Amino acid sequence: MVAMKIILHIWRQDGPETKGAFKTYQLDGVSPHMSFLEMLDVLNEKLISNNEEPVVFEHDCREGICGCCGLMINGQAHGPDHETTACQLHMRKFKEGDHIWIEPWRAGAFPVIRDLMVDRSALDRIMQAGGYVSVNTGNAPEANTTIIPKQNADDSFDAATCIGCGACVAACKNASAMLFVSAKVSQFALLPQGQPERSTRVENMLNQMDKEGFGGCTNTNECEAACPAGISVENIARLNREFIAATLTSKK
Amino acid sequence: MTVLQSKVPDGPLADKWTQHKNKLKLVAPNNKRKYNVIVVGTGLAGAAAAASLGEMGYNVKAFCYQDSARRAHSIAAQGGINAAKNYPNDGDSVWRLFYDTIKGGDFRSREANVYRLAEVSNNIIDQCVAQGVPFAREYGGLLANRTFGGAQVSRTFYARGQTGQQLLLGAYSALMRQVKKGKVKVFPRREMLDLVNADGAARGIITRNMVTGELERHAADAVLVCTGGYGNAYYLSTNAMGCNVTAAWRCHKRGAFFANPCFTQIHPTCIPVSGDYQSKLTLMSESLRNDGRVWVPKNKDDKRPPGQIPEEDRDYYLERRYPAFGNMVPRDVASRAAKDRCDAGYGVGETGMAVYLDFKRAIEEQGKEAIEAKYGNLFHMYKKITDEDPYEVPMRIYPAVHYTMGGLWVDYNLESTIPGLFVLGEANFSDHGANRLGASALMQGLADGYFVSPYTVGNHLAQTTPGEIGTDHDAFEAVEQEVQGRIDKLLSIKGNRSVDSFHRELGKIMWNKCGMARNAQGLKEAIEEIRSLRWAYWENVNVTGRGNQLNQELEKAGRVADFLEYGELMCRDALAREESCGGHFREEYQTEENEAKRDDEHFCHVAAWEYQGDDKEPIRHQEELKFENVELTTRSYK
Repeated sequence: MVAMKIILHIWRQDGPETKGAFKTYQLDGVSPHMSFLEMLDVLNEKLISNNEEPVVFEHDCREGICGCCGLMINGQAHGPDHETTACQLHMRKFKEGDHIWIEPWRAGAFPVIRDLMVDRSALDRIMQAGGYVSVNTGNAPEANTTIIPKQNADDSFDAATCIGCGACVAACKNASAMLFVSAKVSQFALLPQGQPERSTRVENMLNQMDKEGFGGCTNTNECEAACPAGISVENIARLNREFIAATLTSKK
Repeated sequence: MTVLQSKVPDGPLADKWTQHKNKLKLVAPNNKRKYNVIVVGTGLAGAAAAASLGEMGYNVKAFCYQDSARRAHSIAAQGGINAAKNYPNDGDSVWRLFYDTIKGGDFRSREANVYRLAEVSNNIIDQCVAQGVPFAREYGGLLANRTFGGAQVSRTFYARGQTGQQLLLGAYSALMRQVKKGKVKVFPRREMLDLVNADGAARGIITRNMVTGELERHAADAVLVCTGGYGNAYYLSTNAMGCNVTAAWRCHKRGAFFANPCFTQIHPTCIPVSGDYQSKLTLMSESLRNDGRVWVPKNKDDKRPPGQIPEEDRDYYLERRYPAFGNMVPRDVASRAAKDRCDAGYGVGETGMAVYLDFKRAIEEQGKEAIEAKYGNLFHMYKKITDEDPYEVPMRIYPAVHYTMGGLWVDYNLESTIPGLFVLGEANFSDHGANRLGASALMQGLADGYFVSPYTVGNHLAQTTPGEIGTDHDAFEAVEQEVQGRIDKLLSIKGNRSVDSFHRELGKIMWNKCGMARNAQGLKEAIEEIRSLRWAYWENVNVTGRGNQLNQELEKAGRVADFLEYGELMCRDALAREESCGGHFREEYQTEENEAKRDDEHFCHVAAWEYQGDDKEPIRHQEELKFENVELTTRSYK
């Protein structure tokens, strides 16, 4: 395949307190086999050779599982490819002369650190509020004493594959983290191990989500469309049922 | 008499760990809160250790360079985790898991450590299930198993192709629970840049806050390094971009011996290199070899598309050479066999550096749905990267650097040659010998984190006065100044080559001369080439930006500087080990059938290197390996 020329418009912002702006770069010789991040590597090499500061973006595993990378590409979280992280997006999805607009996740709860990198520690704090089963090391009974219907195990697994990238938040007009929270709540609600803390978990995680400044859910399903891990909005429906059940039976 | 004391307890193999635990010193519950423990790295080993130590009552500080503890590279492990549960009733046992692992490692690991690993494997599965890890299950609701390389039983537990993710999220959730309880404080976006020793023991670390650029001092009564392997010395590997040897290398330069640095696992099934811009290689899980058949055309000049090459013109070379294990031979054997075919001119694809991994028969026999259920996410990933559909055409694969068996030397307690410095998971050398079997890394990381270190670290703490050395100690001042000096130097060079360009060049030297096959001549050349590259680096690297802000170039620059020192040690170790074993294949030492030829008379030992200074040759120490329970045999998978 032939190398392409593309025009990049990239959000540059020196720090959390400074004002950012788009900067335009032309990049030649882009191979369609390159991943999107490899294309940014090539740009950065070019910037360094001109003694300019390279573009800061978050990335690590580059195989779509760590959840580090997160870019708004032409207004879409992780770009145009369905169920694909930015690191797994390939340049063959673009064509000669394309203009590509690259921005960081935009959400009040995700302040920009530099350029395309944001602070997603709010998601960790939601997890701390209840995203676990309280079991100490050494407490566990023999594994096969817990029998779990395959369907429940599979559904739980589907929810558990969330990579915590925050695309759902970035794609949502309310910057809601409902899909993220619902994935974790669902994983445990579907398993016997999750039952003892079922009510407190959903309440505490949702409270923390609100505290962090994420918005509410208005069922526009943008999150599901953007999710690279294919987390379904059915989980949000389950979360709502879990929350109602929890508040009805709450002793608080 | 060696300086290395393995501290392997006496007694029968099966009783060693129990006996040892009975003798380890304990810290009383009300005293645990007086002790501070540092855990560096939040992968399976680090997160499991930090959570477990927090649960026990110690004050834990956990560090990671990622923005969240959940992103450590354990998350990318695909295939599974071994345990000796024998649920499939196919004759598995702790002994068999032990034996397969020690044989798989080509008899270059410690019997007692490997036995303990097999022994606690079942506890790991119990623990993870209790945490809500959604392992694959059978229709009856019980746990499912699959087969992995180097074993003739099915003992691998899995969660589709995302086992590492699910296990890590389990450990991470346990960690988050302790953060909420105030027993663990997580420091994300921190890079450990040095170790601080005082009065003959590890007392803390110096970290760089990657957001502000500030150097920070952290003191503790024990330091646990769980920072993974050194595969990125090759630049291209299946590791995450940030994986590095810095923490381990800094510990080495402060007195911790480095063991078997030449033992590197080249994984047979990865997506081949496609261009010069390539930044990393992607693994296709070994589990695929359960159903995928590896082949090349029988005729070198056969350029037909794979679908048009009939059965009789295909060479299923693994099945041909190793009929007993077929496509499920261990990784080192499968990798060398692929290299052998490609070097001989039978390779496929544009570059000729690939072989086919074919699912046609499996899809015909089991149906597309069954294959999708087992490997769906892997097929999806393959298609994303290559734009080819593996349901329709065979995958093209080639070996790539994946895992590193070498690491900091530790004794039976996982304590390094520096008292109070413990090393867990891939960062240590202890359990996999010269080759790691599939689904054993997750097992080892969690064994070290959940079930070994909580006991052995306590034993160290029980003999330590808590809080003896604080961050105001002179040792912290001195080390911090050294770290600052290195950063200032890197930023001041302002040469005309990027950090990455040096890293790529180092990677090429390592891959060509210290890769799947090595020889004395090449290794000697590599050592010289690495030295000149290192010299050029410190003269001509261009690190843009400032030190007091988020600066990804500076982060990389420090890591590459350390790889440029470490790569030389890898080559030295490979040169000194005049035998072939596991992943270490010296061309001079092979059988007539091109299999690895061990030399048990002279090399049945662990080589542990002691740092002597930047301009001095390191000293090679030996820990003799004693095999009292298994017989040293020539590894055969035929």
